Amino acid sequence: MSRLLALLQRETALAWGRGGGPLVAVGFYAGVATLLPLAIGPEPQRLAAIATGAAWVALALASLLSLDRLFERDFEDGALDLLTLSPVPLELTCFIKCLGQWLATGAPLAVAAPVAAIGLGASLDLAPLIFACALLGGLAFAFMGGIGAALSLGARRGGLLTAVIVLPLFVPPVIFGGGALDSFANGLPWRGGFALLAAYAAMAVALGPVAMAAACRNALS
Amino acid sequence: MTWAPAFLSNPERFMAFSRWAAPMFGVIAVALGAIGLYLGFTAPEDYQQGQTVRIMFIHVPAAQLSMFAYACLGVASFLSLIFRHALADAAAQAAAPLGAAFTFLALITGALWGRPMWGTWWVWDGRLTSVLVLFLLYIAYIALRASMDDEAKAARAGAILALVGVINLPIIHYSVEWWNSLHQGSSLFAKGGPAMPAVFLVPLLLMSLAYMSAFGSLWLVRIRGEVWRRRAEAAALRMAGT
Repeated sequence: MSRLLALLQRETALAWGRGGGPLVAVGFYAGVATLLPLAIGPEPQRLAAIATGAAWVALALASLLSLDRLFERDFEDGALDLLTLSPVPLELTCFIKCLGQWLATGAPLAVAAPVAAIGLGASLDLAPLIFACALLGGLAFAFMGGIGAALSLGARRGGLLTAVIVLPLFVPPVIFGGGALDSFANGLPWRGGFALLAAYAAMAVALGPVAMAAACRNALS
Repeated sequence: MTWAPAFLSNPERFMAFSRWAAPMFGVIAVALGAIGLYLGFTAPEDYQQGQTVRIMFIHVPAAQLSMFAYACLGVASFLSLIFRHALADAAAQAAAPLGAAFTFLALITGALWGRPMWGTWWVWDGRLTSVLVLFLLYIAYIALRASMDDEAKAARAGAILALVGVINLPIIHYSVEWWNSLHQGSSLFAKGGPAMPAVFLVPLLLMSLAYMSAFGSLWLVRIRGEVWRRRAEAAALRMAGT
């Protein structure tokens, strides 16, 4: 147990410090949220119609940012070899890496998401649901993204490749979260979409590490 | 299905089999395609869709093949991941661009059909969008393999990605359907038999079989090419070594 905690501490600290960590993610997120009204036009009605959707898509994009360093740094300096040799199974190590990634970037983004959505004109009542959706969605993004990051180990142009691999896999969480938020904003039942988002996040957390570990073993072989 | 990989897992036997099977499937594809197209173009106009109903004969089989090819990619990837079989990997590698091509064809013909029928090239509808995402999955697979220099690693990474895609594809499909759908339901596999008169059904089935044979033929040709390429590379390495 203490091993796992030490690992989690290491991963979170690295994710927090890695190239700016949460600052880069939230900064990117704020940048996208600022560019949107400049491109679409400042009319409040027009912006309010797309506020939740725009905040949600920007979240998916922002969670891509730091993925490329998730495994690559450990792969380059040999730490991944050592982690493979440790008594902790590699699947669990991958799980903890993604958890650290989520704590360091997913959680700060979840705090920023309601602010961005309200800034774009979403109603204040939406804030708790956006926060909850962003937390759950961030979990799904981190674990699906981890698969892409692990698969592109040892590839040329790994970072860009990760985005190409991962974006199609982001379709279900983007739909479920966006659907729940949109339904809530329009006074429709939203629990279905939220439950599906939670289910997808649970699946990503459960199955993602298996694929990540297989990909890491392949890259190290 | 289980006998086929076992029988074909021997590369020599595969090469002997595909030597005549590839052209045979090609001939079948051309023959069925010719009959299917003839029947399709002589079929009466649809009372709602007019002439444009004929786009169905090239659109629907392409859409079927786009999914069938991903299933082939998934099975081949599974076999290559579990048994580390070089031929299964060659099959997976060969299936991906073909599947992407059929998916692209389905998207293009769908757009050409949507323009006169729905008045728009593209709508963000459930079934259209899930085919578009399928296309992106093919692109991701091809891009991943293309950006890795080590072939053995590229093979396994690609196989893992293909299997992740196989697990995700139904979820993506149903999530997108849940999101928004106005595409008509399947006419072929409707409850109570195909919801289509025989004048349209017969050419459609012929075209489906023709597409399937064309895929089989092209797939075998591409696997053969891949086997030859690997043999040539191995031979070149041997030459360089001595």
